[in-house]
Amino acid sequence: MAIGLSHYLTVAAILFTIGIFGIFLNRKNVIVILMSIELMLLAVNINLVAFSAFLGDLVGQIFALLVLTVAAGEAAIGLAILVTYFRNRGSIAVEDINLMKG
Amino acid sequence: MTIAAFFFYLFSAVAVASAVMVISSRNPVHSVLFLILCFFNAAGLFILLGAEFLAMILVVVYVGAVAVLFLFVVMMLDVDFVELRQGMLGYLPIGGTIGLVLLVELALALGTWAFAPGGVSIAAPAATGVSNTQSLGLLLYTQYIYYFQAAGLVLLVAMVGAIVLTLRHKVGVKRQNIADQVARSPATAIEIRQVKPGQGI
Repeated sequence: MAIGLSHYLTVAAILFTIGIFGIFLNRKNVIVILMSIELMLLAVNINLVAFSAFLGDLVGQIFALLVLTVAAGEAAIGLAILVTYFRNRGSIAVEDINLMKG
Repeated sequence: MTIAAFFFYLFSAVAVASAVMVISSRNPVHSVLFLILCFFNAAGLFILLGAEFLAMILVVVYVGAVAVLFLFVVMMLDVDFVELRQGMLGYLPIGGTIGLVLLVELALALGTWAFAPGGVSIAAPAATGVSNTQSLGLLLYTQYIYYFQAAGLVLLVAMVGAIVLTLRHKVGVKRQNIADQVARSPATAIEIRQVKPGQGI
């Protein structure tokens, strides 16, 4: 049985669902939530590249490159906020993040 | 089963298994390491799809930068991760329900979906006779140059933001002040005293 587009879409769907599930499962741990978001972005990238390959259209890969850039920036900013928050409060539990005063 | 099919199943099985380990691992360091494994296998899937450049970029950017950043933060912060895992089982039913609903929705959408006949218009057909990297470059630096520049701007803003957020000046540490150094003149820098012979200052 040849590997078709639907195989790749299935893998991406499973990875995306695992990412969503990870956010719910680790409600308290911001680091694992950020990693789950990275997993979801990876699933989106797999979708884009699979469509790009099976349609013979390179725009999908260009868009995947841009998604990759945004994911890297998001990780950097998220972890910087995390470090600053930990310095101020001494904890990274999500329930403690309930005030926005500086 | 052909070699390509075998490697597809291998890469996707390892990727899914390591993704499960990312969210369920007890130790966050293990989570990050499984995330790296997952990214490597996704890069393998990209190579199977013929997107070598993106596969290499995935390894360089994710494994080389993002995952190491995560590892660095996990090891730098002195967090009690056992406490953070309290009540994890309480979230299992609702999370599982939502995940299952989403998966069923995706399966339903995928199962009945098909391309509209004649509805696909190819925006940028892959060039023949050149490698994937070269054809991507031919497209990215001509037709999509503004998107490329915007991506660079996003990275610049992210870099400046991360530095602004995490940089802190400690008091009591001597720093170089270049403006003060440049503003010095001989009149303010040296003082001439007349010293009598045979005496010190």
